[in-house]
Amino acid sequence: MSAHSPDNFDEMIDAEGGVRAAYEGYRDWYDEQDPQGLKRKHQEAEAFFRKTGITFNVYGQDDAEERLIPFDPVPRIVTAQEWRRLSRGIEQRVRALNAFLHDLYHRQEIIKAGRVPEWLLRGNPAYLPHMSGFTPPGGVYTHITGIDLVRTGPNDFHVLEDNARTPSGVSYMLENRETMMAMFPELFTRVKVAPVSNYPRRLARSLAACAPPACEGRPVVAVLTPGIYNSAYYEHAFLADQMGAELVEASDLRVIGGRVQMRTTRGFKPVDVLYRRVDDDFLDPLTFRADSMLGVPGIMDVYRAGGITIANAPGTGIADDKALYSFMPEIVEFYTGEKPLLPNVETYRCMEEDALKYVLDNIADLVVKEVHGSGGYGMLIGPTSSKREIAKFTEKLKANPHNYIAQPTLSLSTVPILTKKGLAPRHVDLRPFVLMSPNGIEITPGGLTRVALKRGSLVVNSSQGGGTKDSWVLEE
Amino acid sequence: MLGRSANAVFWMFRYLERAENLARLLDTGFRMALTRDHLTAEEEWRSVIETAGMRDSYQEQHGTYAGIQVWNHILRDRDNPNSIRSLIGAVRSNARSARNVITSELWEAVNESYLQLNDLLARPVNQSGLADAINTVKRESTLVRGAMDGSMLRNDIYNFARIGSFIERADNTARILDVKYYVLLPSLSYVGSSLDNVQWETILRSLGAERAYRWLNAGQLDARGIADFLILDGRFPRSLSFCYSKIRSNLHSLALQYGEEVHAHEVMRNADLKLQDKDIDLVIDMGLHEFLSDFIACNNDIARAVETDYRFTD
Repeated sequence: MSAHSPDNFDEMIDAEGGVRAAYEGYRDWYDEQDPQGLKRKHQEAEAFFRKTGITFNVYGQDDAEERLIPFDPVPRIVTAQEWRRLSRGIEQRVRALNAFLHDLYHRQEIIKAGRVPEWLLRGNPAYLPHMSGFTPPGGVYTHITGIDLVRTGPNDFHVLEDNARTPSGVSYMLENRETMMAMFPELFTRVKVAPVSNYPRRLARSLAACAPPACEGRPVVAVLTPGIYNSAYYEHAFLADQMGAELVEASDLRVIGGRVQMRTTRGFKPVDVLYRRVDDDFLDPLTFRADSMLGVPGIMDVYRAGGITIANAPGTGIADDKALYSFMPEIVEFYTGEKPLLPNVETYRCMEEDALKYVLDNIADLVVKEVHGSGGYGMLIGPTSSKREIAKFTEKLKANPHNYIAQPTLSLSTVPILTKKGLAPRHVDLRPFVLMSPNGIEITPGGLTRVALKRGSLVVNSSQGGGTKDSWVLEE
Repeated sequence: MLGRSANAVFWMFRYLERAENLARLLDTGFRMALTRDHLTAEEEWRSVIETAGMRDSYQEQHGTYAGIQVWNHILRDRDNPNSIRSLIGAVRSNARSARNVITSELWEAVNESYLQLNDLLARPVNQSGLADAINTVKRESTLVRGAMDGSMLRNDIYNFARIGSFIERADNTARILDVKYYVLLPSLSYVGSSLDNVQWETILRSLGAERAYRWLNAGQLDARGIADFLILDGRFPRSLSFCYSKIRSNLHSLALQYGEEVHAHEVMRNADLKLQDKDIDLVIDMGLHEFLSDFIACNNDIARAVETDYRFTD
């Protein structure tokens, strides 16, 4: 039985050392396995990932151009009942986000009502004035959202982050399942797990349902990638391949006759829906960055004239802002008229004087994050940092308080991973993927579980040495 | 399909073909050098660099033509854009770029070849490791070709890949012949001299043609026969004539699929006229070197026309 520290919630083992309901089937199977055999399968999985090229590029590391995200073969499991509650909360949150974005770019009722301060928008680079007064096809801003959840108790899931800009990781959700099914087929006959493999099909359908007014006939969908050197290129190619969509780079696209068209071997062909995996800044040099050669000149004009759908809508990235995150409870309530089903993590906005004072006094116990940061960069985890690191960070914080928020260090739940000595608990989070179209919201059961492979570590980001797991939602 | 994807599969297979041809060239150089005295061996290696078209990149780094320097330059020098290691990297980059138009089988074959060769070429290759390196390159390239053959739809994507392969192969055969054309000239050859025999064998071996030629000619080597075989024999898969028949048929398939011919088809027909109904005496009378230079230029014209007409780049 794996030892675990009593001060956090372990998803497999309860306080008495018993196996929780979600893991019963898995645990029975595990106990019958030969440890050497498991280890061998684990190595095979790594070889398989390398062979198929499921790699990511790490920024700022020259020596290893491409790396594998470590894969742990123990699934992360939630019950159907837990998932139902979770998915209701996720759906509520995504609806609210989409309504908020529409409001933000139209009448700004929420600001007029005094529920969200105006300063959130002023000077925020993610807020795009070009989107004002424009409604994207179908009224959808957040076609694809990834909601990062952490768990602290049997019924306690919190939202840690909203990812509405260009959420990534869904290819790992799919490949992890494929790998598990290839490695342990008999396990899946014993434990019934909700499938995830229809995600690409649903994504294609969901995107097609948002076709722009100019679309004639079956919508042509293309995935826009920055190219093969982008850290998530594997995923872009994977999704295009699975959806049967073209994988385009900006240089393949050109505005001709009021449409965005791609250069094919037989001439230019219009694209109806562009699933873009590039940031707003690199969409249109005419609109956003005159200094940038990247992007498709004129695409924003076509967009506003109804010639193309861009997913997610430009200007959606403001939803990822961590200062805005702190207002999500108000936002959910304002647009849905309901209390949020999924709570936020308590958040201190360092731009507010009282909050800053509190944060400075308690910095050793807090996690401090950059408002616009992502990927686990530019953050301080008080409890695991040295005095010097804290002092250095304090200087940065004092110099620029409005650039930071702080949160208490949560005692994240743990899930077992396979180590040389058998199962051992490690901290995890969960990123479910949510699709939105005029036909409704679809959430793929499970999502991507990221796991901190180092004992005691709370950082799950792949760029910081985290790994991934297959995530199961049990069927009833 | 996207023009950029067509460009990527085209170059993916050009680079693959180029890497394989270099491996064959190295193999020949190695065998030659083994049987020669030191000075002649250096001369052989110099000729290998020359044939590979790497004189400039090589001379930037080395003053002499020691075998180990030569084969490492060709096999693994990262500063040499045409080293096998660079080429295999370029094959994989192009495959990644075209990832959603090629099958998983083909992608995995490319990726595995890349991983294996990258590993093999991570350290300098010494004499005892050379044969293994050469064989691995040839085997991996065969695997990739096999994966394509067994898994890809016969559509535009396949045709662009094949056109890339055969443009490169034709170019390679023509260049090898052109570097050594003088040993095939009747006026200069000392019939029956051992020097010529060895040189002729080198040419055949660099093109993997030596067994086929012997088999067809009962072991008799002669300059005219060799030139005839490598240029005009449609049965030999590296002859200029064979390469053209393939490019022609792949262009034809494209025209069928797309429902129209483009300028490239015209260019191909003109190039065909220069090979059709030729006999080797005519070619030699015309001047072998002139013929080959003209062929290489025409071959480039076909490649350029395909790139332009099918909108490979903006």
